[in-house]
Amino acid sequence: MLSNIVLGGYIAAALLFVLAIVGLGRQDTARSGNAYGILGMSLAVIATAVHTFTSEWNTLGFVLLVVAVVIAFTVGLTYSSRVAMTGLPGLVALFNAFGGQASAAVGINSALGVDTYESFNEQLVHGVTVWAAVVIGSLTFAGSLIAFGKLGGRVTSRPVVLKARWLVMGLLGTGLVGSLVWYMLAPSIWPLVIAHLLGYVFGVLMVLAIGGADMPVVVSFLNSFSGWAGALSGFAIGSDLLVVAGTIVGMSGIILSIVMARGMNRSIRNVLLGGFGTADSTGSAVAVLDADGNPRQAVSVDASDVAAWLLEADSVIIAPGYGMAVAQAQHPVAELTRRLIEQGKTVRFAIHPVAGRLPGHMNVLLAEARVPYDIVLEMDEINADFPSTDVVLVIGANDTVNPAAMEPGSPISGMPVLHVWEGHRVVVFKRSMAAGYSGVENPLFFHENTAMLFGDAKASAETLVTAVGTAKV
Amino acid sequence: MRIGFPDEAPETRVAATPATVAALTKLGYDVLVEAGAGARSAMPDAAYAEAGATVTGTDEVWAADIIAMVGEPDEAERSRLRPGQMVVGFLHPRTGTDLIEALAARGVTALSMDMVPRISRAQSLDALSSMANIAGYRAVIEAGHAFGRFFTGQVTAAGKVPPAKLFVIGTGVAGLAAIGTAVGLGAQVTATDVRPETAEQVESMGASFVKVADVDQGPSSDGYARDTGADYAAKAAELYARQAAEVDIIVTTAAIPGRPSPKLITADMVASMKPGSVIVDLAASGGGNCELTRPGETYTTDGGVTIVGYTDLASRLPGQASQLYGTNIVNLMKLLTPGKDGEVALDLEDVVHRQMTVVHDGEVTFPPPPIEVSKAPAAASPAPVPAPAPETAAPPDQWSRFRQVAMLVAAWLVLSLVLPGGFLTSILVFGLACVVGYYIIWGVEPALYTPLMSVSNAVSGITIVGAITQLTSPVLAVQIIAFVAILLAGTNCVGGFAVTNRMLAMFKRS
Repeated sequence: MLSNIVLGGYIAAALLFVLAIVGLGRQDTARSGNAYGILGMSLAVIATAVHTFTSEWNTLGFVLLVVAVVIAFTVGLTYSSRVAMTGLPGLVALFNAFGGQASAAVGINSALGVDTYESFNEQLVHGVTVWAAVVIGSLTFAGSLIAFGKLGGRVTSRPVVLKARWLVMGLLGTGLVGSLVWYMLAPSIWPLVIAHLLGYVFGVLMVLAIGGADMPVVVSFLNSFSGWAGALSGFAIGSDLLVVAGTIVGMSGIILSIVMARGMNRSIRNVLLGGFGTADSTGSAVAVLDADGNPRQAVSVDASDVAAWLLEADSVIIAPGYGMAVAQAQHPVAELTRRLIEQGKTVRFAIHPVAGRLPGHMNVLLAEARVPYDIVLEMDEINADFPSTDVVLVIGANDTVNPAAMEPGSPISGMPVLHVWEGHRVVVFKRSMAAGYSGVENPLFFHENTAMLFGDAKASAETLVTAVGTAKV
Repeated sequence: MRIGFPDEAPETRVAATPATVAALTKLGYDVLVEAGAGARSAMPDAAYAEAGATVTGTDEVWAADIIAMVGEPDEAERSRLRPGQMVVGFLHPRTGTDLIEALAARGVTALSMDMVPRISRAQSLDALSSMANIAGYRAVIEAGHAFGRFFTGQVTAAGKVPPAKLFVIGTGVAGLAAIGTAVGLGAQVTATDVRPETAEQVESMGASFVKVADVDQGPSSDGYARDTGADYAAKAAELYARQAAEVDIIVTTAAIPGRPSPKLITADMVASMKPGSVIVDLAASGGGNCELTRPGETYTTDGGVTIVGYTDLASRLPGQASQLYGTNIVNLMKLLTPGKDGEVALDLEDVVHRQMTVVHDGEVTFPPPPIEVSKAPAAASPAPVPAPAPETAAPPDQWSRFRQVAMLVAAWLVLSLVLPGGFLTSILVFGLACVVGYYIIWGVEPALYTPLMSVSNAVSGITIVGAITQLTSPVLAVQIIAFVAILLAGTNCVGGFAVTNRMLAMFKRS
């Protein structure tokens, strides 16, 4: 009787997870999607707890469960309600690390609980899945922690590549394979512990070698890994629910990684091998020459000029990038948007697929600043509209608006970019003239219709809000 | 400086419109427009005057420092030119240098609008493209005029009308414009091009692309199609012959700059077409893509096929053509006037200036040095290997995929002999979850990717379920590890769902 209900609960939970993702697909059903997920998870946890403790009571186990759940709720709720939306990528990475470590722990545990196998095949299959869950889980944990550090500025966001990288990677690989063979021949905890530690080292080295701006791909990829680790531990303990949930998460991460990598016109392999954005790619600095053959100078303006242009304009497009998040400029930018809209102007946002440090990061930041989502458009939806736009504001974006991507011979050639330079007037909010993440000079800054507004993006946006607000409509 | 726009009768187009006059004035130029120049484009002299131009007589216009035209100056007009003047227009240096030699003899500087290089920076002055776009549109309108039927299919009480079938050869700017127009009118459109990389553009316009065998041509390095090899031509001819017998309308746009147009449609193919069919030959000015084309003329063959060979399709939409060409001229002048001071600064080091300048101070500077404009870096490509593809326009090979799957299934059956039973059902679940996951995740809007990621992250905390079952283990170590796992996975779940909820509550519609 009871075991039937538990099984039914698992099936319902698996379907609820599918519904959760389906719901998340569209703005108007997204919140119910999240609710499906919560319902599914609660059902699965309660069914499991009831089943486990009714079939075999264990006081210590029950106490541990209650304590763990209470702590998990406290930490999870506190942390998630306090985090700023700009810190969201870090939060996702951190939670991801937890998920990975939990899978590795479950994998190890399932090996500890078993002494003998019915057949060699059984041992082989179980052994491989346990081992893989441990390796992938620990790799996810360590890699996600490094990504968390990079996103929060605790670890340098520059790619750190070891000199003897391939040698080290080769040794690590050999060690991992060795631990698997050892575990197959003589199942014990020790080869798993070694595999676990090597997984840590592997995760650290892999993510250290990848630059900060590639973190959207890395976080998606690690997210995928935590899913696969979950699915593998599902195989290891024979739980189909874990397999379904883990697989969906794994798929979601893979697809997001593909989307992000396409947005940069790079392959996932290229991103994960790391080392992008290091010194040697700066060689192709593009000098934009004026009629006399001298390098053209970027034109710097102050906020009052920009305010005047905005007041004259009928249509405005704002192209934000990670710099807007760093400067926390989304609130004044949103206020500026509201005032311009009140004055009867068309204001829209153009979001590049890899803007920010997470897939969809800009959308969340703008939503937080209460920018309505129907004026926040994707690159393909808005790219054709730049030529008919009076003023384009580029806020903290660089490589994603670089016209050099349209010409051959640059490291970012072929990357899809926002065609901001086709606007009648382009204003670039920027701290200094430094090159973007890819290290490629941006000829946009020297275009004749481009003006630079130097300074902190938040301060600049606040000045604009005041200037635009006090002007007579 | 003064810039003059002569009346180019009988040409219907004019190189300036009231809107472009205003833009040129902003650049600092004094604009002279010959009286009546815009009349055939429905742009009256008064409108030019209002925009800031001086409407004046022939002599004054030809005395200006810069003469901008749609076409080319004829002999009488050339005799008015004096050294130091600049002439801008379609000068066709690739098809013959007589004209530019004559211009050089007058000591002028001449810029040819058909020499704009195809690089992104120069797109805004690419007059060939803007005219080709108009010609492509007009070609379909002409075809519709000559074709005595609907374009769109209809089901009426009086019976069913099938849609017209249209075949476009050459999918450059003109070809794509023709496709867009014809699709918009409801025709069923197929198209082909020697550059297979254009297939995506064709499909994005709502037409289907048919490929001429698999002769790898390699990417084109200057943005234009090239002349093609004999092997390719034979295969293409087969394709054209098949299409000719089937379609109602053929639009050909295969013009190679500076060369006679390739003959693609033979008299036999024309004869195989249904009576009432139409061929519009956009390459007529280069002799035509069809053997029977009479450049400049439209006539019906004995077999009842109408062949439209007009060479002035763009001039047949003079209002639009003048506006676009005028804007190209404005963009050229912007490029030539970096100081916005009404002074031309011609810089032969600039690749765009250099390519367009065919005569400089009385000296012929054509041909310019070659440039590479292709977006894809032409990799050190080995000699193109003609792939042994026997079938033209092959359908996607579903059977090779089928064979692969069948082999995988066989391998799987062998594998399943040795795998434990419980594992097998888990594999079933895994396979289904992969398929379901794949499709539902592609359905998620990009704006919701962050919430998607944080929910899926929370879902990955499902390992908590595994850890709970391990709590009752008799081994203390297992219990403690399970405790840690529950702690971590639980935090992951609770935090993930909570933060998603917080995020989603912020998304608001205006």
